[in-house]
Amino acid sequence: MSIYFVHSAKKVAAGFGLACIALITGCATTPPYDYTAFEAHKPRSILVLPPVNQSIEVGAPYIYLSRVTQPLAEKGYYVFPVAVIDQLMKENGLPTSTDMHNVPLAKIKEIIDPDAVLYITIDNWGQKYQVISSTTVVKVSGKLVDVDTGTLLWEGHAEAVQQSDDGGGGLIGALVSAAITQIINNKIDHTPQLARIANHSLFHTPDQGLLDGPYREESTNLGQP
Amino acid sequence: MNRFKIAVFTLCAATLFSGCAQQSTNLYHWGSYENIIYKSYEKPGELSIQEQIEMLNTDITKAQDKGKKVSPGLYAHLGYLYFSDGDEAAALQAFNMEQTLFPESYPFLTGMINRMQSGQQP
Repeated sequence: MSIYFVHSAKKVAAGFGLACIALITGCATTPPYDYTAFEAHKPRSILVLPPVNQSIEVGAPYIYLSRVTQPLAEKGYYVFPVAVIDQLMKENGLPTSTDMHNVPLAKIKEIIDPDAVLYITIDNWGQKYQVISSTTVVKVSGKLVDVDTGTLLWEGHAEAVQQSDDGGGGLIGALVSAAITQIINNKIDHTPQLARIANHSLFHTPDQGLLDGPYREESTNLGQP
Repeated sequence: MNRFKIAVFTLCAATLFSGCAQQSTNLYHWGSYENIIYKSYEKPGELSIQEQIEMLNTDITKAQDKGKKVSPGLYAHLGYLYFSDGDEAAALQAFNMEQTLFPESYPFLTGMINRMQSGQQP
């Protein structure tokens, strides 16, 4: 019993290290973003269009869409109802996200009237199997555009990676462990959770993400925590 | 073991976020809004429209109990579900609530309401 505990503690330590390496890349090192255009327009409301998908995972755009509202709204912006907007566009002859991204800003302003539009691209998405481990990746990039002028207000990218490692214990042990992990992982899709983490990093990383929107500023000014 | 890994991963993510991003309290009560969106795309039909309406109404009650606002988009989504269920009066009420809570949605939802009331798809 105690041997098992020690072994699993080692595994946990290894897993912790790997996961942290994967996440830490979003922070620091890069120079601060130039927010001049952002501050000049100060959007209140953001329309998130369904993302354009560069990955091979067909379902990625809609998993992404279900994990974008919370981190964006908690940053202080009004976020239009993503699924209702998707439905509206489909019913108006725009079946794909590429079609939706090509709608002129003037038309978007007329029908939806957001201050800014967020165009997301999914650069990489899903699980890859290596010999003794598997990696799940969500990599996205975004551009925020002022609806009146077409000015680029902000752009950024983020990646979240989950490594299901083995904890040492020899190659055979590792292979068995990898096989078990794969069986378990096949049942659980980690991409929604990773999409949430990637979005959090995309919008909330200081000096790289978005500036605080009006609802966050109001709550800060009122002295609420 | 897998659950354990998720816990470790989450712990790690939380540690890092608190390190590099400012920790702040949520502005909104979130509840099931985003999971309903997830399920409606990933597992269509698993939740009926009525079940989704019930879940969102439960979230509204919970938010009131906690003294928090519901999230942006929730009432608009609820309104759309009511419309799909054939209840235009309830849809109108929900669209109006979204407009009151978030005036940014006013022009968009006014268009939805006008289309609905003239017998079109909103």
